Amino acid sequence: MAAITLKINKKSYEVDVDPQTPLLWVIRDHVGLVGTKFGCGIAQCGACTVHLNGTAVRSCSLPVSSIGSSEITTIEGLAENADHPVQEAWREHDVPQCGYCQAGQIMTAASLLAQNPNPTDDDIENTMNGNLCRCATYNKIKDAVKSAAQKS
Amino acid sequence: MTVIKTKFDRRSFLKVSAAASGGLVLGFNWSCTPSPETAVKRQPPSEWFDVNAYLSVADNGQVTIMSPNPEIGQNVKTSMPMIVAEELDVSWDDVIVKQAGLNTDAFTRQVAGGSQSIRQGWESLRMAGATARKMLVNAAAEKWQVDASTLSVADGIITNANGETLKYADVASMAGTMEVPGEVELKDPKDFKIIGSGKGNVDIEEIITGKPLFGIDTKREGMVYANVLRPPAFGMKLKSFDDTAARNVSGVSQVLQFGDKLAVLANSTWAAMQGKKALNAQWEKAERLESTDYHDQEMRAMLDKKADEPRRNDGDVNTAFAAADEVIEKVYEAPFLPHNCLEPMNFFAHVTAEKAELFGPIQTPEWTRSRIAELLGREEKEVEIGLSRMGGGFGRRLYGDFALEAAEISDKSGKPVQLVYTREDDMTAGIYRPASKYKFRASIKDGEMTGYHLVGTGVNMRNATREHNWPAATLDNYLVESHNLESNITTGAWRAPITNFLAYAEQSFADEVAEKLGKDPVQFRIDLLQRAIDNPVGELDYDPAKFIGVIKLAAEKSNWNQKEEGVFKGFSAYYSHNSYVAEVAEVVKQKGKPVVRKMIVAIDCGIVVNPTGAINQAMGGVIDGIGHAMYGDFSFVDGQPQANNFDRYRLIRSSEAPKVDIHFVESINSPTGLGEPTLPPAGGAVANAIYAATGKRLYKQPFTKQDITLG
Repeated sequence: MAAITLKINKKSYEVDVDPQTPLLWVIRDHVGLVGTKFGCGIAQCGACTVHLNGTAVRSCSLPVSSIGSSEITTIEGLAENADHPVQEAWREHDVPQCGYCQAGQIMTAASLLAQNPNPTDDDIENTMNGNLCRCATYNKIKDAVKSAAQKS
Repeated sequence: MTVIKTKFDRRSFLKVSAAASGGLVLGFNWSCTPSPETAVKRQPPSEWFDVNAYLSVADNGQVTIMSPNPEIGQNVKTSMPMIVAEELDVSWDDVIVKQAGLNTDAFTRQVAGGSQSIRQGWESLRMAGATARKMLVNAAAEKWQVDASTLSVADGIITNANGETLKYADVASMAGTMEVPGEVELKDPKDFKIIGSGKGNVDIEEIITGKPLFGIDTKREGMVYANVLRPPAFGMKLKSFDDTAARNVSGVSQVLQFGDKLAVLANSTWAAMQGKKALNAQWEKAERLESTDYHDQEMRAMLDKKADEPRRNDGDVNTAFAAADEVIEKVYEAPFLPHNCLEPMNFFAHVTAEKAELFGPIQTPEWTRSRIAELLGREEKEVEIGLSRMGGGFGRRLYGDFALEAAEISDKSGKPVQLVYTREDDMTAGIYRPASKYKFRASIKDGEMTGYHLVGTGVNMRNATREHNWPAATLDNYLVESHNLESNITTGAWRAPITNFLAYAEQSFADEVAEKLGKDPVQFRIDLLQRAIDNPVGELDYDPAKFIGVIKLAAEKSNWNQKEEGVFKGFSAYYSHNSYVAEVAEVVKQKGKPVVRKMIVAIDCGIVVNPTGAINQAMGGVIDGIGHAMYGDFSFVDGQPQANNFDRYRLIRSSEAPKVDIHFVESINSPTGLGEPTLPPAGGAVANAIYAATGKRLYKQPFTKQDITLG
């Protein structure tokens, strides 16, 4: 066990955990932010996507000991008033079906637009390809990312 | 206006409304308000009045409508309350939706399955709204001492002949004491304001901001997390185990055996998973260890056998085949499939001396409650089941095995327990879509199909066919037979059971027969359906006119008769869950390989309650159908699943999903199923388009493992 300090959504959290614990489980079970989802545990589905210093990463495969002083952003901290352009686009297109993968989809899309404000269709497809949606909301996800890019 | 007898009897209604007339004011957490904008503009409600089990109204005009059925992503949590709100005559902006728990006194059929929530709930939801409306109006009439027929209602405000108004909230407590009407008037569909207008998902805010919403998000005081080790193969049982190392894992509090399984309890999900990895268990063979090769061999042999009893037998196929100029015979083969809900199976249970409290993602709460009561030796009334939103269902959460496990672990440990499956647990402890095989034969004589013979078989499928589906009733000589292969591998319903594969096989075979007859695939289907209209043979279980309707609509919207350079089209049409769907797949070649570019879909599902959600469902079903037809593969060696996570099990991804165009037939008929019906025709449309592009027929799924290079 080790005492680790994490910066999540601009707040500081102290946790006492096995340093090998993936960031996902620290966020969900110890910190108590459950918006970040568990899907596969091997970085194949993208449900656990969070931002590390603004870049999308798969939290299920990152040991908490590797985070250091990096700034973690989860879906809960993406925008103070839930008004990030990607969230607005998700509302506008009514994207979700079951909704389980959508936090990961939104975090991946937000990171894409932060780094590439005018993505091509191929850019969007290549980036979003790492996030599975079992309900297959893919058409709407693509449309929503495009809308968000136009507005941001 | 439709007038129907109410199904609320006085006694059951009073049971619900007694609480309201007794002065109960429901507690309400204002922070649950879905839209922050509404909260700013409107005064918070200070009092809520129960009108019936479905709804309560507040003094500020807001209405809470309970959504009775489990929500698995089919969007009934939005569409079912829309139906209540329509007949209640309130503004949708005033509606707050809440998920009801299992309450068999108040609600009927709280099940998510068979695409039946809306079609089974249609009448009772409308009546719930209309009955409440009538009682509120009657209360206003009494207050004003006027005849109720002189009053009008709009957006929850009752107006009398003098132009005076009363809000629903003003008369809500009085309405609860009014006599329950023996019959209620339902709106004419042409007067619908909410039904038929697109409404966004009522949980959108929670979803896009990551609020606790799903079963796996459950947290309770004193709760421990459980992860379970199960036998590694179907047919094996636990011989012995050593849990010393597991109990030494930091955070692990307990290891307990139940049946042939071991549960590890810990203070976090990760610790429970690590504890499970540290278990040292020995297993032994208890039953036959089955492999896919064995299933294939057994099922192929069955296809050549005569069944004891045919499922349907019209005319005399033997004579037709004996007289044929030519016989076409093809065999189609399907693998097992896991459901792979993205939210792995999980459930919360807290079993105490007083009661058993269960909460989580379950498609069949009522059935699960009775099984848990039996398992624990408790009365059903001691078992409570709350419903969470579900991260997908697809049939897997019909079975409740995970809820029973949670109940047993909590009962044995005495603790509140959140059971969580890893993805590996989820994929290897499945209740799979059964592997199946079908042999189709058609006799051709003088340029016409004169006989049709289908033999189906599947693993634990009982009946592998849909014997009354098309082309039943269109042919003089028609025989359908079914066999069953018993197995210890657990199988069950998977989105559009049976038809999720059978439709592809049937529609691919139809394409092949049409080609042999030199007929256009669309005209071939229409000609047969015309026969079912003019002179049906035997039982007719579908409406051939509606079937022709969607076929023509899909042909029109896809410009079926116009050739486009470099675009190859495939047609498919299927009837399931009381809905009619026709689909056209467009395939193009990229780098010499066929790629599905677009799907054009025509649907007749009666009245479309919520077009926004309906389009989502339809698109999802089509892409799900394509994904599993292209990539879905799951096999066993000696009872052991050969894939356990997404690195070795391929699901369709964003770049592989075609654009899907949805077209609904305008209808005034009561709604029929939509969660499943767009899935079955998808595989056939794609296979037929790939044939058009490559000249190669596909007889097995997944398509990517056949002798064809796909893009």
